[in-house]
Formats: sequence, structure tokens, C-alpha cells
Amino acid sequence: MVNSPSQRTVIGQRLRRPDAPDKVKGTALYIEDLDFAGSLWGGVLRSPHAHARIRKLDTARARGVPGVRAVITAKEIPGRNVIPMVQSDWPVLAQDFVRHVGEGVAVVAADTREALAEGLAAVQVEYEPLPALLDMEEALAAGEVMARYKVRRGEASVALTRSDLIVVEGTYQTPYQEHAYIEPNGMIAAPDGTGGVVVHGSMQCPFYVQKGVASALGLDLNRVRIVQTVTGGGFGGKEDAPSAPGAHAALLAMATGRPVRLILTREEDMAVMSKRHPARVQVKLGATRHGHLIAAEIDYLLDGGAYATLSPVVLFRGTVHACGPYRVPNVKVESRVVRTHKVPCGAFRGFGEPQVVFAFEAALDELAERLGQDPLVLRLKNALQIGDETITGHRLSESVGFREVLEQVAAASDWKRKREEYARERGTVRRGVGLAACYYGVGLGAMGKHLNPAGANVVVAGDGSVTVAVGTTEIGQGMVTVLTQIAAESLGCPPDAVRVMEADTSRVPDSGPTVASRTTVMSGNAIRDAAAKIRAAMEPVIADSGLPWREAVALCVQKQIGLAAHGWAVPPATTFDLATGQGEAYVCYSFSANVVEVEVDTETGETRVKGVWSGHDVGRVVNPTLGEGQVEGGVVQGLGYALTEEHALRDGRILNDQFSTYIIPTPLDVPEIKSVLVESPFPWGPYGAKGLGETPIIAVAPAVVAAIHHAARIRLYTLPATPERVWDAIRALPPPGEAASG
Amino acid sequence: MKCPVTITVNGSAHARDVEPRLLLAHFLRETLGLTGTNLGCDTSQCGSCTVLLDGAAVKSCTVLAVQADGCQVTTVEGLAKDGKLHPLQDAFWEKHGLQCGFCTPGMLMNAVDLLKRNPKPTEAEIRHGIDGNLCRCTGYQNIVASIAHAATQMAGGK
Repeated sequence: MVNSPSQRTVIGQRLRRPDAPDKVKGTALYIEDLDFAGSLWGGVLRSPHAHARIRKLDTARARGVPGVRAVITAKEIPGRNVIPMVQSDWPVLAQDFVRHVGEGVAVVAADTREALAEGLAAVQVEYEPLPALLDMEEALAAGEVMARYKVRRGEASVALTRSDLIVVEGTYQTPYQEHAYIEPNGMIAAPDGTGGVVVHGSMQCPFYVQKGVASALGLDLNRVRIVQTVTGGGFGGKEDAPSAPGAHAALLAMATGRPVRLILTREEDMAVMSKRHPARVQVKLGATRHGHLIAAEIDYLLDGGAYATLSPVVLFRGTVHACGPYRVPNVKVESRVVRTHKVPCGAFRGFGEPQVVFAFEAALDELAERLGQDPLVLRLKNALQIGDETITGHRLSESVGFREVLEQVAAASDWKRKREEYARERGTVRRGVGLAACYYGVGLGAMGKHLNPAGANVVVAGDGSVTVAVGTTEIGQGMVTVLTQIAAESLGCPPDAVRVMEADTSRVPDSGPTVASRTTVMSGNAIRDAAAKIRAAMEPVIADSGLPWREAVALCVQKQIGLAAHGWAVPPATTFDLATGQGEAYVCYSFSANVVEVEVDTETGETRVKGVWSGHDVGRVVNPTLGEGQVEGGVVQGLGYALTEEHALRDGRILNDQFSTYIIPTPLDVPEIKSVLVESPFPWGPYGAKGLGETPIIAVAPAVVAAIHHAARIRLYTLPATPERVWDAIRALPPPGEAASG
Repeated sequence: MKCPVTITVNGSAHARDVEPRLLLAHFLRETLGLTGTNLGCDTSQCGSCTVLLDGAAVKSCTVLAVQADGCQVTTVEGLAKDGKLHPLQDAFWEKHGLQCGFCTPGMLMNAVDLLKRNPKPTEAEIRHGIDGNLCRCTGYQNIVASIAHAATQMAGGK
């Protein structure tokens, strides 16, 4: 039957992933699995210095290596030597100067891996090393500020001097985090035979790669076709960063007239691709004795690395979310991202929130202790509700499920009992529970409006099968499944009639990036728009015939009805004033809270996570299985951020560039994650859905650190909470019997 | 210098002359074109390249093709029989044991070995069994559930 809206049932179902059979059979084609006839091996010669002048760059010897087909440096780039992102500072290849270890200096294409290695080694570069800025505070002192934002609300500085307030203060440090997708970045570029280029690759944002390639080659966008291959994880790491290997491969393909495969090794990927920004956050937070938040002052500093890529937008998101999902009437936020001679940091799940949320939530936990209040009670007391304003003065008129999220995770985790019981533990291994929360503006918001719209092309074939093309990407998160459900629901066809295609820039207009938890909402709405047009064309023919879908389509075909449509989604207009940081930063917000239970061995400093209860208001759950999957994966990535993940650098070089030295959670490091999905519908979202991709990672680390405090009475101000840091903090505690401070 | 090897992969014998340094992973992917076995690192940490060598799970980036001479190798492509998914493959689909899918072939092959040695593993035994395989998407929860589900299905007979 062609379902009428009241009968529709696909939304909310646990539809199995349509892309799973190929993934379990080994027939899914990742970039490294593609084989183009006559293809060459491409590689990048990278800077060994954090900062240096290139005195000489001689490629003659490299060009003479047998099997080498092309050597390209900045001066051979036919277009602009810029990868367009927020600022135009990111070169395709270094020109005159190198500004971070691993920056590309030359690219080489060769017949074999061996000839490529020989060719790269034969490029002669003479560097004059220059002093390098490697510390973000020094960069700030030197005035190397890439971008700055502020939020001004009320009179925070004055309010914090009030004698009736309890005020806590702290400085928090957070580390680099590696995306650690299991498939490294890779691209294969091939001339298209008509003067243009086709680039296949692992990526989140085909339209970013398209702009990068077109800029480097000096081609119109319609000469650059980007096709996303099955992508082995992204997490933001395949948002901005892939534009570089995409441009490198395309340059070599156009220079040689041959397909060129450029696949990064794991070490190369970890050493040179983007990461989560290290941060320093100062928080001063005051509340009344009853626990009403009155004022907050936050100074937020990010280490952007050598080029801006997406740093300004990352900083903006962190800035406007700096005080979490709470009512705070007086707020002053100062934020800056600084330029250093290190690998450019970029997008990473959470996008500037995990750092500042760690700091704010840790301060809130300390405030609860000073007030003698349960951290849950303190949060409930200040939780944003409908009618409240965020710190940017955005009045929330709908879809605020934060209280329910807090109450449900507390109930599911048995919070109250554990909080009381574990506080009495005195053994060597002690248990603790901690709580933290966050909210996340869905979509691109005030700083990304020009990228906000998304398109969909929906074509119904004569046999009733449906082809859906969108510009956002499946990166493992389950987009294909969710959009299949939305297409089936909005067309009234069975889900198995729908095929959602891989993203290809030639199929739809620029639909922005696959980021910011926007895919379900934006591509979903574009599909609904297209489906509504197709349904409108079908209705006069099928009327109340009650025909099954495929027969209804056959009848429409017979009547020469066009069953294809383009859908376009543009989010509701918002206004924002950068001078004051006031306005509607995003169209709506997803809310989240986590309870984490740990055991801390007070003799070794080791923390074991025993349970996580992770709650999320997602508007409407399109597919609970996929929703829970996002939560489980995001929480575990957050546990890595909390406990083990960090980079060590020497002279700007990342020392731990392998999975043996950069430690992500294994199956033995993590407990079962209990997901709690709350539905507080967002009327503009498809069937009420908001985004869920990112909230799961954001408020994990502060919950872990709060649980460690509950167990071991120590406050940690630096992530990750390694056994060494925990042990040091325990050793620094005053002996039992003496009054503990803070 | 090339060495002659005969390696039986998914039931078919392949005789080739290979460089002594050629990894089994590259032999499978590049010499035979079996690209289901994925490579996520070159340091035997991630486990994506896990295959069965004479029935035992090995990371094929740590084995030279010449070491597999005369051996039986099973890759992910060899799991389904007559178009029917192996119970583990079906379980990973049914229980959402994958997201991006890149680690999946290695997880599956390791799980085949695990269930052969221990047909009724506890959750803890499953977690120990797949500890050499990294996944960044799922948090492992549904991978563990998938393997437990497959064990139940396999114990129930055909």
C-alpha cells in the first residue's frame, strides 16, 4: 500500500543497515581497494622542521629517477597555491617557508612504490631553520591570534565580587586528540579525458575537496568531480584535512595524464593530518548559597597550529557553548585561537566544545562540593528550560529536553544511592560516580550560514525503485539507513525500494559538509522537500486507488507523470551580533548528560570505568539502533579523551604516531554503555529529529574526572587522567585528619 | 630474487613467485586482488588485516607471504558459503556490529577463531578474544553482542 501519513511507520524502526552486507562480505570498496588501469603511486615530501626558510628546492635529480613521472612543487601549481577554508592561508604546497613538521613541500608520482620512495628521497631541499613558536601562551603573547570571539551578557566581573556568592576558580588544560579512524586518508585522482579531473576518496565533505582541487588546478567547479568512496570513519578528521591529499593527487594526475593513488600510511596520517585543538581554559564561576548560578568568566585559548583551516569556527562553537545548558545571567567569555608552528588542528567531533565543557563542568562539580549540594541537584536547579535564554540571549521556545535527560540518566544509573554509598568507601580500590552535561547547537549556526543549505535529487524509476542523491556522506554513522527511512516515510514506499547513493558532486548542488550533526536534519529535509513534490505529482493519478507502491508508480509512468524532483532545505533565519556575542547562535540544540562510574586504585592511580549512562535529547529517534550506536561509539571516544589519549611533541614533531604509542580504548578498557534517548521534537527537523553525532563525546571527560574525585577526593585540571596524574594528585593530598582544601 | 610459493586461499591454490619481503596482506590484496582484508596500520596494532592461517587468526601484515607457503588461508571473502552469509556475518548485520565497516573483516576473522576455540564464550571472554582488534566507531558493544549472538545461533545448529 502507498501509506497515507497517518499510517506511516518507518520512522523509529530499527531498520538494518542497507550497507552492512557489503561490509561483512569484504566487498565494500574503500579507497585503497579501487584499481584504475595504469595508475601511478603518489607521495608527499614533507618538512622535517617546524619553521624554516626553503633556501633551495631542486627537483632535477628526482625527475631523473627511473620510473618517476612527475615532481611538483609550489611553483608548478597551475592555479592558486591555496586550499580555501575559513581564511586563505593554507598552501597546497609550502612556498619559501615551511610552518609545521610534515607540511608538504613537493609531490611525486611514480610507476612503483620503490620508484616513488627513491624519487622523494632525491628531491633536494635546503632549509634554514627559524625559531618556532610551539607554545600557545607564547603565541598569544606574540600576538599570533587567528580569531577571537566574545560573549557579553550582564555584568559578570561586577557580579563575581558580590559577597554573597560562592566562587570557584580554575585553570584547565586539555590535550591533542587524534581521530584515529581505522582507515587512513587516501585519494585517487584521474584525468577525465575532457580537461577535467575526477577524484575518488575517503572523505566527509566532497564539496570542500572540490573547492580545494579547483583552486589548485585553476579549473571551474564543473571540471572537478569528487566521488566519495566507502569511508572508514571520519569523526571530523575527514572534514577539512582531505582537501590537501585531494589537491596533491589531482595535481599529479593532471601533470602525468594518469590516475594517481595517494594513500597515507598510519604514521603519516597521525603526524600530519588534523587533530582536536589543545586548549587552556580559565573559569571563574559564582553561585548563591542556594546554588543559583549568577556569573561566569571564561577565558578560552586554543592552539590552532600553523594554518587556520576551520579553527575560527571551532572556536566560535566553543565560545557560545562555554557555560553549558544552564541559565547564567552574567557572562563574560573571551576566546582566542592562536597560530603556532605545529600541525594545523581542525574539526573533531564536538568541535571546540569538549575542551571548554570539560573546564566548565569540572568547575561546576567543584562548586557543588563547596555548596554541599548534590551535583545533580545543582544542575537541575540551573537547567535550561523552554522560555529560558542561553548565554547568547537565544530564547528557547521549543525542543528542550534537558531536565528529562538529567532525571532519566540519574534514575537509570541509581545515582543517588551510589553517590551516598561510594562516598563512604575507604579501601585501596574505591568506587565513584560523576555527572556532566552539555548541549550542542545543531547545524552550522551563525558562523556557517553560507554552507547551511542542502539538496537532494530523488528519482523514482519505472519499476518503483527510488534513487536518492544527497551531498552529505555516509562515514559509518548510518546516514544511508536514516535517509532511507526518511525517503521511504516521505514517499510512502517500502524502505527496500530506496537506494541512497554515495556522495558525488555531479549529482546535487553544493550541500555543505557532513558535520555539526546536521546530516539527518538537512539532507532529511531536502529529501522530504523532493518527496513532497513527487507525491504531489502522483496524487491526482493514484488518488484513493489503494494501489501498492510499485503498481502506483507503474500507473503514473503510463500517464507520463514525471517522478523526479529536486529538494532544497534552508534552515530558519537567525541573527547574531559578533560584537556582543548575543543572538541565535544555532537554530536548535541537542542536550546530553552522562553518569560515569569508576574504580580508582589509589595505590597505582589506575582508573577503571565500570559503567556509563549516557542520555540525549535528540528530538525524534529515526532509528534507535543507530542512535544507540552513535552514543556507544562517541562515549568510548570520550573515555579515550578522558583517560589515555594525548600526543607528545618534541620540537614540534609528534612522537607517538602509531597505535602502539597513541592509545585508544580497546574492548577491555570499556564497560557496557547504557544509552538513554529522550524525544523532545524539533518542529523544523524531519519528523522532529535533531542531531546526535556529537553530543555523545562532549560531556564524557568531565563526568570521568568528577567520578575520580568522588572515588579518590582529588581534583584534576589536566586531561587525560592518566595513572601518573591521578597518582601524583593522590600523593599531594593532605594526610587523613587534616582539612582538605578545595 | 623471487621465491616460488603455493598458498591456498579460500580453497583455491595459488602458485606465484614473490619477493621474500612481500607481506601476506599485500599478497592477498595486490597479487590476488582480494581487497576485503583491510590495512589500517603497518605495526600490527589495529587488527583490520586479520585472516586465518591454517585455521588460526593472524595479522596478515605481520606474516610474510613466504611464511604462508603451503598453508591454507581464509579471508573474509571465504566466509560466506554458496551465497549464504556465515552466522557471524549475519550477526554483525543483525546486531549492528559495524559502522564504518573498516575493522569488520578483521573482527570477523578473529571471531571465527575465537568461536572455534570457545564456542560458548562469556562477554568477558569475547572482549579478551577481540582485544587485538581496534574499532573507533562502535565502542565495541555491538561487536561483542554480535559475536555472542552468532555463538548462540551456531550452537543451535543449522
